[in-house]
Amino acid sequence: MQTKMRAFRAAFPYTVPICAGFTFLGLAYGIYMNSMGFSFLYPMLMSITIFAGSMEFVTVGLLVSPFHPLHAFALALMVNARHLFYGISMLDKYRDTGKKKWYLIFGMCDESFSINCSVQPPAQVDKGWFMFFVTLLNHCYWFIGSTLGGLLGSFIHFSTEGIEFVMTALFVVIFLDQWFSQKEHLPAVVGVSASALCLIAFGSGNFIVPAMALILILLLLFKKRLEQRMEVEES
Amino acid sequence: MSLGQTILTVAAVVLGTMVTRFLPFLLFPADKPTPKVIKYLGKVLPCAVIGLLVVYCLKDVAVLSWPYGLPELIGIGATAALHWWKRNMLLSIAGGTVLYMVLVQLVFL
Repeated sequence: MQTKMRAFRAAFPYTVPICAGFTFLGLAYGIYMNSMGFSFLYPMLMSITIFAGSMEFVTVGLLVSPFHPLHAFALALMVNARHLFYGISMLDKYRDTGKKKWYLIFGMCDESFSINCSVQPPAQVDKGWFMFFVTLLNHCYWFIGSTLGGLLGSFIHFSTEGIEFVMTALFVVIFLDQWFSQKEHLPAVVGVSASALCLIAFGSGNFIVPAMALILILLLLFKKRLEQRMEVEES
Repeated sequence: MSLGQTILTVAAVVLGTMVTRFLPFLLFPADKPTPKVIKYLGKVLPCAVIGLLVVYCLKDVAVLSWPYGLPELIGIGATAALHWWKRNMLLSIAGGTVLYMVLVQLVFL
């Protein structure tokens, strides 16, 4: 019990910015579904089961188009393909987390991944439970925001334009933290420049998969050099 | 769409999403040694992917028309400067976001 409490207390502060972002985005998503004529049960259940923000917005569009489950499946694969990279990055970190591992993988959204892959909790805190609570809290924020949005839908009028920037700011901060903590900046530079290049070349709707491919190719090309430099760093 | 079709569509989306999350863990189980090249990617990918996420957040910014992505540029600059200076995650995020909201609501109309 104490282990869990300590992990919860260590995890909570990291999730506060996400609470702000998810409550807002969740509200927006719930309100959107409401405006398309869906009961609050839809955003409520979809926020629990899909738990991948951008894909849930896309799914609303699928639900008002002709029935085509294979297309829905393929689209979900494409939109969420970046999760494959998260998984490869977390193979080691999730290794000894016992049964929690299945939930950690299930709930690995962008925000939970970015905290769990970069934050080193204090030594007395259990890492598995820390990552578990980061994931669970984020899942709860998204669920609460979406459900409330679906319920309150037509009553809410926002003057909070721009609050979605909280996600951008979060990723910028995590990017900088990783930059400060590592001597080897090539992977970070490859990530930004390959993505920017593909965004310009393929446009905002189609750039993720080519960007992932280009990142993979470049990192594999630089493998020998990077491994040598990282070995020097470790020793 | 009937209720059954709606449920099937949502189920297909859940399945697709879960394939992307679980596949690496099914391909490289914990009890077997992970191939060296995958281990290497596990080390270098996190930094690269966070870079991808930053770009992903900015994907719909129109840089060729007013306000030319200036609110985003200033917002990111402020977030980074605050973080460089104080290294306090919450302060950097709150500061950058509030500034951005002021910019899009009051300055760049």
